[in-house]
Amino acid sequence: MSSPSHGSTQASRTYPPRPAAVYFYATCLVDLFVPEAGMDAITLLEREGIRVIFPDSQSCCGQPAFSSGFPQEARKVAASQLDLFPEDYPIIVPSGSCAGMIRWHWEKIFADDPALHARAAAVAARTFELAEFLLHVVGFQRRDEGEPITVTLHTSCSARREMGTHLVGRELLARLGNVTLAHHGHESECCGFGGSFSIKHPDISTAMVSDKVAALKATGARKVVTADCGCLLNITKRAEKEDRDAGRSMPSLPGEHLATFLLRRTGGQPAERS
Amino acid sequence: MSATHATAATNSAGNPSAGSAPSGNRASGRGDARPIAFVSAQALRERMHEAVNDPHLRKSFRGAMDFLMAKRAAQFPDESELDSLRTLSEGIRQYSLSKLPDLLEQLEANLTRNGVQVHWAADADEANAIMLGIARRHAAKTIVKGKSMVSEEIEFNHAMQAAGIDALESDMGEYIVQLAGEKPSHIIMPAIHKTREQIARLFAENVPGVAYTDNVDALIQIGRQVLREKFEQADIGLSGVNFAVAETGTLCLVENEGNGRMCTTVPRVHMAITGIEKIVEKLEHVAPLFSILTRSATGQAISTYFNMISGPRKPGEKDGPEEVHLILLDNGRSQAYADEQLRKTLQCIRCGACMNHCPVYTRIGGLAYGTTYPGPIGKIVSPHMMGLEQTHLLPTVSTLCGACGEVCPVRIPIPELLVRLRGEAQSKPHDNPVMVGQGAGYSPLVSFVWRTWARIYASPGNYRIFSWLASRFRALTPSRQSGWTAARTPLTPAPRRLRDMVRDRQ
Amino acid sequence: MSATRDRILARLRASRPAQPLALPVLDAHYTPRARNETVAERVARFRAGIESFHAEVHLASEGDWPALLAGLCANKGVQSLLYGADTPAGRRLDASAFAGTTLRPWAGEIEGLKADLFHRVDAGFTQTLGAIAETGTLIVWPSEAEPRTLSLVPPIHFALLDARAIHPTFFDAMRAGNWAAGLPTNALLISGPSKTADIQQTLAYGAHGPKELVVIMINTEGDVQ
Repeated sequence: MSSPSHGSTQASRTYPPRPAAVYFYATCLVDLFVPEAGMDAITLLEREGIRVIFPDSQSCCGQPAFSSGFPQEARKVAASQLDLFPEDYPIIVPSGSCAGMIRWHWEKIFADDPALHARAAAVAARTFELAEFLLHVVGFQRRDEGEPITVTLHTSCSARREMGTHLVGRELLARLGNVTLAHHGHESECCGFGGSFSIKHPDISTAMVSDKVAALKATGARKVVTADCGCLLNITKRAEKEDRDAGRSMPSLPGEHLATFLLRRTGGQPAERS
Repeated sequence: MSATHATAATNSAGNPSAGSAPSGNRASGRGDARPIAFVSAQALRERMHEAVNDPHLRKSFRGAMDFLMAKRAAQFPDESELDSLRTLSEGIRQYSLSKLPDLLEQLEANLTRNGVQVHWAADADEANAIMLGIARRHAAKTIVKGKSMVSEEIEFNHAMQAAGIDALESDMGEYIVQLAGEKPSHIIMPAIHKTREQIARLFAENVPGVAYTDNVDALIQIGRQVLREKFEQADIGLSGVNFAVAETGTLCLVENEGNGRMCTTVPRVHMAITGIEKIVEKLEHVAPLFSILTRSATGQAISTYFNMISGPRKPGEKDGPEEVHLILLDNGRSQAYADEQLRKTLQCIRCGACMNHCPVYTRIGGLAYGTTYPGPIGKIVSPHMMGLEQTHLLPTVSTLCGACGEVCPVRIPIPELLVRLRGEAQSKPHDNPVMVGQGAGYSPLVSFVWRTWARIYASPGNYRIFSWLASRFRALTPSRQSGWTAARTPLTPAPRRLRDMVRDRQ
Repeated sequence: MSATRDRILARLRASRPAQPLALPVLDAHYTPRARNETVAERVARFRAGIESFHAEVHLASEGDWPALLAGLCANKGVQSLLYGADTPAGRRLDASAFAGTTLRPWAGEIEGLKADLFHRVDAGFTQTLGAIAETGTLIVWPSEAEPRTLSLVPPIHFALLDARAIHPTFFDAMRAGNWAAGLPTNALLISGPSKTADIQQTLAYGAHGPKELVVIMINTEGDVQ
């Protein structure tokens, strides 16, 4: 199996019926840096009557090491996660890149071990990115209780090209009556995060994220929404730096995880950070 | 290889309209680009730094790439048509590679039967020696060149110059680049980094008697006039090959300008050079590959010319070269071939769509890479040609965004290959490497960091302690975080981890 | 360099797959594209394509095309038209009256003709083997009678096309003519006059080859306007 980024067809997958319970696999970035987004995703799911199981032993999907060229280290970490999902419930990941790692790359790193490979494949088959799960399985449809607002949406490259879910975010936002979506220039282009790329090649990463922030701001939207915390941190921390350098006290481009935004708009109470 | 346009040239004489371009073979000021020497990681970093901070370069590449992306998109309004053509093209390339040694022998036999002389070269030196031998046998003074990236790969011009033979580029873009003493910055549009005004100045300064004009038609006509004399006079024409057909012994060339036809038709000798991978079994296999090549490359439904050469001038024929030679070049390709995953690199048909869609290429341009082939394809093919010692940093210059793989007409999984090469570069050097230079990017410190990372994240207990500490002592998080804070505010762990929030509310 | 040859082949043989991979079925892609269209529809597609590449298309009949060509030459100020005499079309030209244009049959090898070809001939005339509707492309097979450079060096290329020989796609043309059984030393697809966009992506015509491509299309069914 290969990810749709190598083919042009977005692999349309078969979605299960709405389950009684799901596993929530938060990812390391959410756990440590944006826990409120994870909490809001859990609240969204529970509000739909779905029991959410948070395996306490979860850490990381292994992607940072894998994409840095350390497959053995990635494998070691990924192997430690295979036991976390004993029941046959869907596994929900609030990030396209971690979902993409599990869904497409776990099988590769376990290719030489049939037993582990089979277990990884079974996990991959029931791993869903949060937004696609909300749309296709939950059938998310709630009344928008917020004031009219224009937002812009950034879709992560993994969601777009590995999970084939780039239209899902749009569709979810379209279900909010008072939200206008403003499209930005070069929408399909990467924000320049790329994990260690942002550290290793800061010049190019900076050029990319600056262009992305400029394009997002040019829409006039009050907020940027994205379903991936790597992109969210990259974009908002860049925008913050621009504000700081310009002496602005109000954020010029606040950002929010899609889960938080959906919850806030539909009468839910987003989690506090502290 | 030229999938596109080109031509240009300058009138080395005085009056362009007089058509009496005099002067010798060397246009004054035509510097020959330095050969690509050792590409150190530091040099690469410096070039990238310089390029990304050049606002002019940024603007011109952004504009050019947007233009090319829009043109490609317009060629594929129907997603299912594109999908079908990609499946066909990928399948043909993989099938051809799976029979590569047999097809090479079949090609050689059929070309020989057709009267074409076939030569084999292991590397650049061998290829240049073969061609120099041919040139000397004909006492050649001037070789006029159609666009050929393989000739760039082997530093052909430099090798000929060293032997006192003038190798003149005739593709407009290549000519401009040669006149400027530079290298191509794009495999299809070599002079894409230069503005009209820069080219106008280049012509006015280097072509005697040409007055400054930045009118594109006028510039092209100057080039046409000068280069036509070269076609008329040259002893040898050189070309690349887009597809070599084994069953018929045919060399196919794709171009718009007609310079490729000139080089392969007018001089008495035609030398073609190609990588050993550019082969298909059957003539009909060319149809889908040719179609997807021009549409992916420049967004053209078809190029102006598709030139199929199956032999030299036969008795009774009135023109065409009396000798045709084909040089089959390995130069690292058989190394890529030896590994099932890396072999996919050789599916490439050199359309350049990956660079047109690459956000990194768009921001640094093609020259910053310092390799013959820039952009995503350059990052995966150059390590085989040059070894990982010189190229180990290249695969890291990517966010793995996947835009290249998404548009590749033959579905090369470029991001997957970049990850593989990162691994080959950074793993501890060992005895049985699949690549020359394996382990060239190995760093004991970096390896230690990842091993430590794995120890923390693979153990729930370790991770709980680590993340608790990170969160609890977040105030100690450094405010300067290497490259991250160059452009962003610092990353600071949240006061409470998600697992704390989940636990506390229950 | 046979040692190099043997080393390369041995290295490839050592690692190639035991069995060749499956070859995709080309017909599955092309069969639905070989449209069942009338000659008129096919002509229209061909014409729209090649005109979009800046070529001119003129319709003629079997009887009057030499007169049409003569008129075009006069309009374009062609003083010297080079052609191959030893072809059916060439024989028609031999018997035609061209006011103001010198008809010059190709004679001898290119080496004796180069200076004229490059500097004094205004236009070249060739027949075509057919055309491709999908892209708007001429198929030209040079021959002893019609050398390769006739369609390349003179500034104007006049090409004679029989509308019945337009194929839906390149693939169909190769299949229908069984090209794989034998190609001439040089075979060409031509889609418009030569061009370049190498200066700042600005399209300019008349790069190294002809500046103008003029197609004279004989439509024997007479159903094309």
